[in-house]
Formats: sequence, C-alpha cells, structure tokens
Amino acid sequence: MSVVQQKSEVARGAGRGGARRFSLTPTPTVTVYLALAVLLVVGSVLVGIQGGVLLDQGGILNILTRSTVLGLVAVGQTIVIINGSLDLSVAYLVGLCSLVAAETMAGSDGMMVPGVLLALGVAAVVGLVNGLVVTVLKVNAFIATLGVALILRGYLEENYTGPAGSVPRAFQHLGFDRVGPVPIGVLLMLAIAGAAWWYLRRTRGGYHMYAVGGDIDVARLSGVRTGRTIVTAHVLCAVAAGLAGVFLAGRLGSGAPYVGTDAGYDLESIAAVVLGGTALAGGRGGVVGTIGGVLILSTLDTIFDDLAVDPFFKDVVRGVVLIVAVALYARRQLSRRSG
Amino acid sequence: MNAPTTWRPRLADGTAPVLAVLAVLLVALAFAGPAYSEPTGYLALLKRAAPLMILAIGQYFVIVSGGFDLSVGSLVTAEVVIAARLIDGQESATIWVIPLLLALGVLVGLVNGLITTKLLVPSFIVTLGMLLVLDGAVFLWTGGAPRGALSPSFRVFGRGGIDLPVLGHLPWSVVILLVVLVAAAQFMRSGTGRTLVAVGDNQDAVRLAGGRVVRLKVLAFVLSGLLAALAAILLGGFAGVSAQVGEGLEFRAITAVVLGGVLLGGGRGSVVAAAAGALTLEALFSLLNLLGVSGALESAVQGVIIIAAVAYASLGANLRLGFRSRTATESSTRSTPPPHKENR
Amino acid sequence: MSASEQDVVVRLTGITKSFLGVPVLRGVDLELRAGEVHALMGENGAGKSTLLKVLAGVHRPDSGRIEVNGEEVVFGTPREAQQAGIAIIHQEFNLLEHRSVAENVHLGREPVRRGRVDRRRMEEDTRKLLDWLGEDGIDPAAPISRLSVAQKQVVEIVKALSTDAKVLAMDEPTAALADQEVELLYDLVDRLRKRGIAILYVSHRMREVFDLSGRITVLKDGAFVTCAPTTEMTSDQLVRHMVGRSLDALYPDRATDEDLGEVRLALRGAGNQRVREVTFELRSGEIVGIAGLQGSGRSAIARAIWGVEPFTTGTLELDGVARRITDPRAAVRLGIGFVTEDRKSEGLALRQSIRDNALLVRRAALPGSAGRKRSDLAALLKSVTVVARGEHQEVRYLSGGNQQKVVLAKWLAVGPRVLVVDEPTRGIDVGAKQAVHRLLRDLARQGVAVLMISSELPELIGMSDRILVVHEGAIAGELPAGASEEAVMGLATGHGIGEVA
Repeated sequence: MSVVQQKSEVARGAGRGGARRFSLTPTPTVTVYLALAVLLVVGSVLVGIQGGVLLDQGGILNILTRSTVLGLVAVGQTIVIINGSLDLSVAYLVGLCSLVAAETMAGSDGMMVPGVLLALGVAAVVGLVNGLVVTVLKVNAFIATLGVALILRGYLEENYTGPAGSVPRAFQHLGFDRVGPVPIGVLLMLAIAGAAWWYLRRTRGGYHMYAVGGDIDVARLSGVRTGRTIVTAHVLCAVAAGLAGVFLAGRLGSGAPYVGTDAGYDLESIAAVVLGGTALAGGRGGVVGTIGGVLILSTLDTIFDDLAVDPFFKDVVRGVVLIVAVALYARRQLSRRSG
Repeated sequence: MNAPTTWRPRLADGTAPVLAVLAVLLVALAFAGPAYSEPTGYLALLKRAAPLMILAIGQYFVIVSGGFDLSVGSLVTAEVVIAARLIDGQESATIWVIPLLLALGVLVGLVNGLITTKLLVPSFIVTLGMLLVLDGAVFLWTGGAPRGALSPSFRVFGRGGIDLPVLGHLPWSVVILLVVLVAAAQFMRSGTGRTLVAVGDNQDAVRLAGGRVVRLKVLAFVLSGLLAALAAILLGGFAGVSAQVGEGLEFRAITAVVLGGVLLGGGRGSVVAAAAGALTLEALFSLLNLLGVSGALESAVQGVIIIAAVAYASLGANLRLGFRSRTATESSTRSTPPPHKENR
Repeated sequence: MSASEQDVVVRLTGITKSFLGVPVLRGVDLELRAGEVHALMGENGAGKSTLLKVLAGVHRPDSGRIEVNGEEVVFGTPREAQQAGIAIIHQEFNLLEHRSVAENVHLGREPVRRGRVDRRRMEEDTRKLLDWLGEDGIDPAAPISRLSVAQKQVVEIVKALSTDAKVLAMDEPTAALADQEVELLYDLVDRLRKRGIAILYVSHRMREVFDLSGRITVLKDGAFVTCAPTTEMTSDQLVRHMVGRSLDALYPDRATDEDLGEVRLALRGAGNQRVREVTFELRSGEIVGIAGLQGSGRSAIARAIWGVEPFTTGTLELDGVARRITDPRAAVRLGIGFVTEDRKSEGLALRQSIRDNALLVRRAALPGSAGRKRSDLAALLKSVTVVARGEHQEVRYLSGGNQQKVVLAKWLAVGPRVLVVDEPTRGIDVGAKQAVHRLLRDLARQGVAVLMISSELPELIGMSDRILVVHEGAIAGELPAGASEEAVMGLATGHGIGEVA
C-alpha cells in the first residue's frame, strides 16, 4: 500500500491546494495572458515614447475591433482543432457567407433575418460536408478541408469578380453600432466565445470533443460516437466562420468574395489557436486561450500602426511570435515529461 | 524466404492509379487539341508543368519523412522578387544572383528543418511561420511592390531552350526537370532515400537502428527549399516578375504529391509518382482549358480530385483486402494519422 | 454443483474466430462465476487476447454462443458488452492523459443535469467507487498524467466498475507494475472478488495465477485444453497443458566449453538513473540470460548498453577496450545489435517492405556500405526462415513471428558481435518461437555474444548458458544453466535462494 499512498498524497496535496492549475508551470492559457499583459506594457511604453497613447479608450476599442472577425473564425477553429482535426476552408467560407447574406438581403429590411439564416445554413452545410468527408470517406482533415476550400474558391471565382449584393442600412448598424462604448461586433464575438467555452467545458458533447482529440480509440472504446462528434465540430466551426462572413457583410455593406482570403483567415485562425496554447494534435486547450492569441495578434497590429511601422514588418513578427510560442509550449511539455 | 522471389513491377503502392489517370489525360489531350498531335505540344505542357513538378518533388521529400512544407509558395515569390531587385536588368548580375537564390532556398529549408527537429515545433506551424516571415520580409525590403527586372539570360532557363535534331526545340526547363527527377529517383533508391521514408513511417525504429533522424529530416527540408528556389528561377523566367507568382503553390504542390499516392503523415509513396501527380494536375488544367471550361473552375476540379484521390486510397485499401471487420476499419482510420503528430 | 451453476454470469461455448483465413480461436469454452477469480492461461498466440476481445464486443465471433446470466447475447460493439456488465481492462491503458480521473471514469456516460455535465456528481461518484475499493489516495479531479502507473490501473478498474460491471477481464494487469504495486493489485483483486464480481485474469505469471485464482482455463493454439480448480493443478501440469509437450525438447543444445571464446562485452560497476553497480562479462559464443521482474531494470541495462539511456558511471568494455556509447548509432558502429522489446513501435517501419526493413540498420547506421552486400539479402532472409509473398511485401502484413524474424535479419545484415535481445519471442507463435531460439543459438555458435532478456522463465532457463538475475536496479545474483524457476524467482523477488514464497 505504501508507495501508492505516498505518491497519491503528493498528488492530492497538489490537488487540494486550490493552486493545482498553477502549481509548477503555468498552463498555456495563463502564459498567453501574461504575454498579452507584457505586450501591452511594452507597447504602451514604446508608443508613449513616440508621444502617443496605446491604451486609451480608442486604442482599446481598436484592439477589440480588430479582434472581432478573426476571433469568430478562431473560436470555430479551436473546436475542430481540439477534435484533432482542422479546417482550411474557413477563409473562402467567410467570403461565401458574406455574399449569401448580402445577396439575400438585397437592401431590403425584411430580408435581414432570412439572409442571416440562409448564410448560416450554407455554412452549416459546408461544415457538414467537411465533417462527412473526414469521417465517412476517411480523408485526412487537411486534405478534406483543403479540397472543400478549393471547391468554394472555384465557385467564387466562377460567379463573382467583386463585391455583390447589399445589406440594408439597419443591418450595417451591426458593423458599427456600439452598446455603451463597446461595439456590437465585439459583444457578438465574446458571446460566441462564451457559448463555445460553455459547450466545450460544460456539456457532454464538449467533453467528447476533448476525448476524440485526445485519443480517438480510447473515446471509441468508451462508447463515444466519434464520427458524430467530429462532424458536429466541423459544423460548429463552419457556422462560426459563417457568422464572421455575415458580420463582415454588415460592416462592408455588401458581400465580398475574397474578404476572408485576403485576410488569410484560414492560416491566421490556426495560428491564433495554436498561439493560444491549443495543441495542434488535439485534446488540449480551449477558447479562452484562443481569444488571448487573437488579442495578442491584434495588439501587435495596433502597436505597429501606432508606431507607424511598415505593415509588412507585422507579418515577419507574427511568424516569429508563432514559432517561438509553440517552441516554448513544446519545451515545457518536454521538461514536464522528464521532470 | 520460402516463396520464390517473383518479379513484381517496382511501383510503390498507390503509384499505378496516378499513372493511369495521367495516361488517360494525355490521350484525351491529343483528341481535344490540335497542338497535341505533335511532340511539341507535350513538350510545351512539360515546360509549363516543370516548376510545379520540381516543387512537388521537393514537397515529396518533406511529406514522405512525415512533415509539411507550407513555406514553398512564399519562398518562390520571395526568390523571384529578390532576383528582380538584385539583377535589376543588369546582365552581369545574373551569374552571382542564381547561386545566391539557391543558397537562400537552402537556408530557408535549413531553418525550417532545424526548428522542427531541435525545437520540436510541428512542421505545419514552423513552415506557416516561415510563410508569414518570408511574405513580410520580402515586401518590407522591396517596399510593397516588386521592383527591378530580370535579365534575359536569367529568363532563358524558364523560357529558352535548345534546338535538337529529332525533338525539335527542347526547353531548358524540361532538361532541368528531367535532371532533377532522375536525381531524385536515384536518391530515393539509395540507402539514405529508403531510410528517409522509414523515418516518416517510424522514426523511433530508425533512431534505434542507428539512423540520424534529425539530419535526415533537416535534409528533407533543405531539399524542399533548394528545389523551391530552382522552381522560382524557372517560374520567374517563364512568367516574369509579380508579387503573386508563388501564391497558392504550396497547396498545389501538396495536392500534387497527395494525388501521386504519397501518404500524408509519411512513410509511403514514390517521388516519381509525386512528380506525375503534378504533371497530372497541369494536364488536367490544360484539358479543361481546351474544353472551354473556365479557369475559375480549375480550383474546384482540383478540390474534387484531391478529396477523391485520398478517399480512394484510404477506403480502397480496405476494400481490396476484403477485410472489413471492425478492427480493419479502426486500423485504417489510424493509418492516416493527423499530420501534426510527427514529433511524438 | 447446482448452486454454483446459478452463479454463472457469463458462459462462452464453442467460440471460433479467424482473421484473414487464419483460425485464431477454435471452439473455445469459458465459464465465469460471480465472486471468482478465473485465470486464463496459454502461451503467447494461444488466443487469449482474441477471446478477451470477443468477450468485450470488439471482435464478433465467427460462430459460438455467448450467454450472460443464462440468456444468449450478441455484442455488436464494445458499448453493448459494457451494457451487459462486461468490462475489460486492456494491457495498454485506455485513459486520456490530459483529462481528470472523474472525466475518464465517466467518459461516454457523463451525467447531465439541466443541459450541463454534472461535474460534482461525477467526482462524487468516482470518489465513492474509489472509497468502495479502499483506494482513497486518488483525487477525482486530478489529471491522469499526474498519476503513477498503479494509480492509473486503479482508475481503469474504477472506470470499469462505474459501468456496473459484473465481469471484469484483466489482460496482464501486472505487466506495467513495479513489485510493490503488484501486491496492491492482489489486494484490490481480492476486494473485488469479495464484492461478487467475476474476474477473468489473464497472466503469464505462474505465481500470480496460483496466488489469486480459483479456477484456471488453459488455451493452446486457439483451442480449449482444460478448465480445473487451481487447487487441483500443479505448476508442472499447467505448463504441460499450455505447452503440450515436455519442456526439455524445446530448446537447442547449450554451448559447450569449446564454443566459448574471448570476453566480448564487459561491464564494470556500470550504472545510471535506473540501474547501479552492474558488473558482468559476456563471452563470444554464449547466451547469457537476464531475469527480473518488469521494472527491475533488466531492460534498462540493455538500453544503457545500447546507448538509449547511457551508463553514467562505471565502464563498458568491448573486446577489452573501454568505450562510451552515448547513442544507438555509436553502438551499431561498434558491432552491437539490439532487438527491442516493442517490435512494432521500436523495431520495424511497418509500412516498408521486408527488404527495406532488413536493410534498415545497414543503410541508417553504416552509409556507404549499403550496396556492398546487396546480393546476400535473399540468403539472409532464408536463413531466418521468413515466410512471405516476396521481399517487397510490407511487414505490417506479416505475422508476429515473421516480423520478429525480419527484425533479426535487420541485425544479422550488419553482422553484430554482440546481440542484445529483449523479449525476443513476445507475441509470436510456437513454431516461430522455436525458429528464433534456434537462430539465437546458431548465432552464438558462430561466435556472437548474446544477451537475452525474457519474462518467460522456461524460455530464459532453457536458452541461457548463465542467468543473471536483476532486482531493484542491481544484479542480485548469477545462476548456472538449467537453474530452477524457483531459484530465479527467489532472486528476482528479493527473497534469496531457498526462501521462495
């Protein structure tokens, strides 16, 4: 009895202290927000030296506004990545949904709700296709969603050359109005993030997503319906991307076929998720970290804007930040394993 | 070995389908377009396809050893833009710019490989980061838009050729492609090449057999970078300078490799098939073009065939064995592991 | 008899199962009663694991009848077997490392209240089950990755119990446990039994089986041999049932004095984190066995020689020259070969051809020489008697025995002077086993020094010219050829010779 008892005393001691999650090494989520805080301080100083202010109300709003669309897409991406999958079709999907929404509304107030619903429905169908290709045709998620992305691209290139459709003025308010000081878009993004958090952390479906991503065979042997779980994840991800498209339609006043790809939301959202500490292999991580990752990216953007740094320098920094962050996560896991 | 060692065609698993599809497409081209009634039509096709085939060969090395290289597209753009800026129309600069471009490709591959192996960052992320860095750095340096111009002697690799008695006009890019293809095929038959495939299959086994896994993986990235540089030289010559020259090439190269029956995640596939996959894609685009299908649908077609090819490979393996018990389907879902588990 | 008849929870009759036309089970019967520990014995490849999987609903039998509480059932999925009250604890843990104990225990069956998972109830239920088992040292909220191996096993058992299992099948439950942890498991099994659960206990270890079980069912080559109360069986009888022939005939002749040559490998006071003060010599032409319980450090010695986890103290001499081996590559180049314990994850690249695997070491560690001996590959594969469609067949389609022969070929291709083999016959059938034994002995005759690790004592004793016994990271003693199992076990468990429990 002795050895197990002793060891478990240690485990329990760590467990009961209330500081279990923060005992030895902080989780990636904590690291992300620490990094964000450091970035904000350093950024404020740098911007301050140049005579500007980073964190006044305008600055904060700027950071949050920049986070809105990427945040929506990245929250969906988090869900699929936790499942051990990924979705490369989101960028084209964002464009497609902005078009569907804007063309359905065609400037009429009465068509606002049908437009949104239709756009989200299209997104759900695309997600369903992604999920079924992965689970039924057993195509690697990378290839499956890349293939679907190419199909969407073909459709967009065939049928559109530029912006199309128009949203009614009332709907444009979604893009610009504020509740108090906070833009509606930001609230929308946070609400979706909150819902995704609740789903992943509190519901049975969410539990199963972590299980499928952690070890699909264990999940299957434990009676989890793995196929259904993966399909659900892809649908949710696509709907989040669809929502981003609808929001962009509101902001731009019309649908834009390449609004998603120009911003590189496919790879950018994966970068934000990974930056937020979610393991690319699945089974670990969460929405909270992802939002942190998104905020870091948009804070970087804002700081560089304030410093009037060449916009291309941002890409360089993003690439480096991404690699360094993941290298740090990998390192910590190694030290934990050996220690 | 108790069974007699029968001769079997030395085609790696999954090679036959792509060759069959390619053959069908080439025949169809002859019917669809008058240009293909003579060898020159096919030579022109090969010339167009050469950059993508070379990229696919490079991508093959990385994929078969269990990784991903998403940085090749932006590397191609970077190389072309840099070449234009450095040469700036001066004939004399060509001679030192070309080695420099190749060296840059090697360097980028080396960095990708070292970060993947030493810092244990999944190659998907490393090369994604590299993509961002290259994109940003090049335009930072050139100030937003490509400047300068390529010299005629630089462009000769992409557009020029030599006149031969029987074949007629033989483009340089086809010569270069053939040299690269033969060298790659020879390399994959060598001990090092076979070990590289084994790394993609089971790197622990290779390490415990005394193999240098890190060195091999880095080599794969370096080859990918080098060949991307070569493809950039051809593309720059062929298509000229633009900021979009490499756009989407990374996914197109991956498509080609997968179409060639190479297993994503590593451990299976032949380099010739990967190159054939690239040629198949180009042939398909040419055919669609001849049939009057709009260019926009190219990518949709590409999307459908990439899914079909992989579905065929992963579902077909089970059906062919007539082995459809529960365990069989379980093991088949495992046989295509997520690409990012490479560092476990 | 009629009283116990009522206690029968599960009865399997005439179960058959084939894979790809190869029969693995041929008409197996098995009967489990409430509150009994029923041992399932048989050599590797006898069909125990397949039988377990049939019981668990993973495989569907080709024919035969499964009854639960007297009613015939058909299990289509593991879930259906679970619902019928049957739970299996597989050799590899089926746990999610990054999820908590409670989450793992309830995976797939999370209690939901008002749309959300009732985490508190999950943790309470888990704690109750842990208490019921008398295991109060595990925090239901702790992630699995923080637990020891033994604790993980407890979680596996709790997970099984939480499905209201009436039957618990345990596949080699002690394989991953350290010595003291085995004692804990004994306790646990006993408590489960007293609570009326039927336990099917699969193990290779005679001692455990005789200590724990009430009845023993023996399988051989996929067929039912016998089922009898443990008290009516001696270990000799049991072995005979399992092997079906007398043990002596199984193994090739040992080395004679003329066979022995120079000292090839010598360790002097070698040690690292796992082992200490390891001193022994290995001569060319001899097979030295290393015995010890799992986790005793016997594999750690092999892996240290091989440079995976190198020795940090003491010296290692090869042919009289002191060497420092810090990675496998160095070991290969010095002429040391190592057949690892885990064939599939460390020994073979499964999707590669027989040829590529057989040449793996030569190509990976000795570049430049690859083309030199190309023509001898066929002869090499013939010498290890690989049966396959051709040298281009992928090794994953081979049987375990043939796979192991390919691993051996891989090393023979570089002509090692020292060959370390860790569990060389694990999971392979009797015929292949004999072939491997013959091969190892032939190698020794040709002057190779062989160091052999095996958990199967009869094999170790039958093959070895000398036996070193490892206990808690140090060599506890050396025994001559043909030592008794009791003597080996005595040293391995730390009791010393003659004090066997």
